[in-house]
Amino acid sequence: MTLVAGGLLAQLVLAALAVVLAVSVPARRRALVAGTACATLAAAGAVTGALALGGGEGELRLTGALPLAPLVLAPDRLGGLFLLLAGTVGVLACLYAIGYVHGPAGSRSQWAALAVFLLGMQLVPSAGDVVAFLLAWELMAAASTVLVLADQARNPAAREAALWYAVMTHLSLVAILAGFAVLVGQTGGTGYGVLANTDPASGAAGVAFVLLVVGFGAKAGLVPLHVWLPRAHPEAPSHASALMSAVMVKMGVYGMLVVGLRLLPGGPTWWAVLLIALGAGSALYGILQASVASDVKRLLAYSTSENVGLMVLALGVALLLRGYDVPGPASTALIACLLLVVSHAAFKTTLFLGAGAILHATGERDLDRLGGLVHAMPWTAAAFGVAALGAAALPVTGGFAAEWALLQSLIAGVRPGDRVVAVAVPVALAVIALTAGLALLTFVKAYGIAFLARPRSEGAALAHEVPVTMRVATLAGAVLVVAVGVVPGPIATVLARAVGIAGARPVGLGGLELGGVGAVLDPVALSVLGLLVSAPVLVLAAVLARRRPRVTDVDGWGCGQIRTSPRMQYTATSYAEPLMRIFDDALQPTRDVEVTHVGESRYMAASVQYRQRVDDVVEVRAYAPLVAGANRLADRARGVQNGSIHRYLGFAFAALVLVLVVVAL
Amino acid sequence: MSDVLAQVVTLLVLLLQVAVMVALAPVVAGVTRQVRARVEGRAGAGVLQPWRDLRKLLAKRPVHATGTSWVTRAAPLLLVCSSLLVAALVPLVAADPLSLVPDDLFVVISVLLLGTVALALLGLDAGSAFGGMGSSRHMMISALVEPTVLMAVYALSIPVGSSTLSLIVTDRRDDPASIASPAGVLAVVALVVVVLAETGRLPVDNPATHLELTMVHEAMVLETSARDLAWVELGSWLRLTVLLGLVGNLVVPWGIATEPTLASVPLGVLAVVAKITVLAAVLGVAEVAMAKLRLFRVPELLAGSFLLAFLAVTASYLVA
Repeated sequence: MTLVAGGLLAQLVLAALAVVLAVSVPARRRALVAGTACATLAAAGAVTGALALGGGEGELRLTGALPLAPLVLAPDRLGGLFLLLAGTVGVLACLYAIGYVHGPAGSRSQWAALAVFLLGMQLVPSAGDVVAFLLAWELMAAASTVLVLADQARNPAAREAALWYAVMTHLSLVAILAGFAVLVGQTGGTGYGVLANTDPASGAAGVAFVLLVVGFGAKAGLVPLHVWLPRAHPEAPSHASALMSAVMVKMGVYGMLVVGLRLLPGGPTWWAVLLIALGAGSALYGILQASVASDVKRLLAYSTSENVGLMVLALGVALLLRGYDVPGPASTALIACLLLVVSHAAFKTTLFLGAGAILHATGERDLDRLGGLVHAMPWTAAAFGVAALGAAALPVTGGFAAEWALLQSLIAGVRPGDRVVAVAVPVALAVIALTAGLALLTFVKAYGIAFLARPRSEGAALAHEVPVTMRVATLAGAVLVVAVGVVPGPIATVLARAVGIAGARPVGLGGLELGGVGAVLDPVALSVLGLLVSAPVLVLAAVLARRRPRVTDVDGWGCGQIRTSPRMQYTATSYAEPLMRIFDDALQPTRDVEVTHVGESRYMAASVQYRQRVDDVVEVRAYAPLVAGANRLADRARGVQNGSIHRYLGFAFAALVLVLVVVAL
Repeated sequence: MSDVLAQVVTLLVLLLQVAVMVALAPVVAGVTRQVRARVEGRAGAGVLQPWRDLRKLLAKRPVHATGTSWVTRAAPLLLVCSSLLVAALVPLVAADPLSLVPDDLFVVISVLLLGTVALALLGLDAGSAFGGMGSSRHMMISALVEPTVLMAVYALSIPVGSSTLSLIVTDRRDDPASIASPAGVLAVVALVVVVLAETGRLPVDNPATHLELTMVHEAMVLETSARDLAWVELGSWLRLTVLLGLVGNLVVPWGIATEPTLASVPLGVLAVVAKITVLAAVLGVAEVAMAKLRLFRVPELLAGSFLLAFLAVTASYLVA
């Protein structure tokens, strides 16, 4: 048995152990014991993933696990990468959960579901054939639904979110199942190697591709299949949201990578264009909704849609350029896609853990009621700030390195004379650019409104720093965000090897050289140059600070008045108001102004109430009619069920007869 | 060994470039104000007044409102440091970047954005309504500027197949026809609009106003005083100077040094100082003739500029 196979077996054993401990340990110690067990399970996944990513091979065949065929687990390098991500984020989330869970989120079922969820996410990229993949996929989906339901007894929104999530995730499973079924029907095997024999130019391959993209897209939160995301992420406990957003959603991207690179490579151009269109739409719509959201976790959920959109867009560009014999830019786009995956896992984990810390400390999730947390929660503020820089793709974070690589591939992927490329590449660039601009505003808003200025509610004013395990986990996430940004070279080299391409080379101190497009990014050298040129200013500032100290604790400018109410400050809603006006047509907010006049005069207002609500346009326009239709059908079907036991027995008898007739034929 | 030596020489030229730009930045602000004053028929305070203002501000004690955090203390420095780094990255005196830190336009833009973010957070930190308002407007404009910048960069980089600024500049110098090509002209016009928006000049923002309805930059720095204000002002002027220098080198790429020799570097310094001064004077005159746009007309201006950049991309595809 190789190390990788041993690691896979260890994960199964550790998961069983974690479930047993979660169910058996009394409530007083459950968080510590079950949390440690889950973290160990995740760590085993991370180690196995690192081994597989490094080229270690191993196969675990569980004969007898399924009635017809053995269950095969055999991660390749790409699978190893996603296993490593799942494991690393898993360790941080479990560590965080030890300090975070309280109340219903710390119940037996929740801890057991967390262990099963971790196992499911770690098995999906380890799967060696389609059957194991689907089984692990379903394990992941079912366990995460339980996690979304954590607070269902008190919070009706959690029930609704879980329902949306369960429906969407199972529709996604149906689409994936159908897509794989088409491929299996074509080739007659279930192993990835056999499925790759499909002719990508055939009609069946096209059908399978669309079904798989829809299925994986629903899991990945691509618009218009994203509706579950902004509901489920806010309602789940924060460590579960972090896992769902940073890893589970990424499994959809993994599925697309497997389909695009391994199962059906060399497909027609319209496949790539479909991916670019889906990715561009998600990126724009996601960040637009995020920029006007005021619930911090909803904001992060929409930002996930945006980031996944960018990843799919990068994959689409890679597939498009592969078809045109420009290997350099094509492999650079693929490297950018994987860098986006890694950096998003790092910064979104940190952001969700930070959001959970805010919720834990203040009881508030609404940015409009936060403020001033930098004083009470300096550690969380620092970690959240670093991760926000990553999400806004600013140097020197992983988000910046990834977006830089993507832009480089687009710049170099110029193919004059070809119409598809001539349209797709500039449009992709414009979308990325607008997305980057809006992401900047979104995360300045999220950080500035939550952590700076004065508290806007009592909860925010009474905030306290969170327990030590939560702080450690959040800060470790922030360290990873910076690490990916500081040494992108070695990381990108490993990523390129994971998908079997060249094109990235480390240069200088951790810098990245993209050979295919002739571009160099060395964040360390950039920082050193920055420090060198700003040294005189910093020295002068230090000297002046000692010679002429600051005057603090004076009132801020209030237009000649003493400003007392923190309600005079800008809120998240007012911060995004100019944007709301500009994108009025796309967002379609409902506004309500109610003026109560003074009895004596219509010209004087006693009170003014202003309400504004931003619904998800896609949900209102596309899903509301579908749901209404489904409800109507269900009402009709109710006529069949009249509660009479005789009728039900009649149905059973009729079904039996029908089956016998079919068998006899 | 000679490689290392060449890198050291390059670094020295870059440091010289930064020093020249820092010395020039307040003068650029002075020139625009002075030209403006003369055109409007006033005497003006002289081109060195911004330097005198800086000296005065640096000697004072900063005043911080209750409840402000480290952001208020660090943001002005971060802004000026990002501007200094940009001054080192953009090819102004010599088109000869360090091998590990090429003058990649994407890197330049993101370092600029770092300063933008520092300023926006500074505006929020004091918790006043003005700061938030300025910060919100500033970020809205930045968010909409971003697509235009990248599109213009894309159009400029298509002929050379790289986003490295020094390559773009030397390519334009060696092939002057490309400067006057439709793609080149459209891209530079789009870039000029963006530079005006990003540095807070008319018609997007009025640097001389303190009227609540129209303030953007001034609203953010309303709570900033003394040396903090000096850093913010220096950082903003430096941005303007460097970006004007970039536009100058793109339109008139001659005079820039390609090899760091004793003859070419002084010439490069003189050339870039001349270009920036002329552009600053033009900016001063243009600002007298322009009115500020209403805030919600700014997106239309930026959309127009985006369209120009998009046309530039299309044109360069057609020409190439």
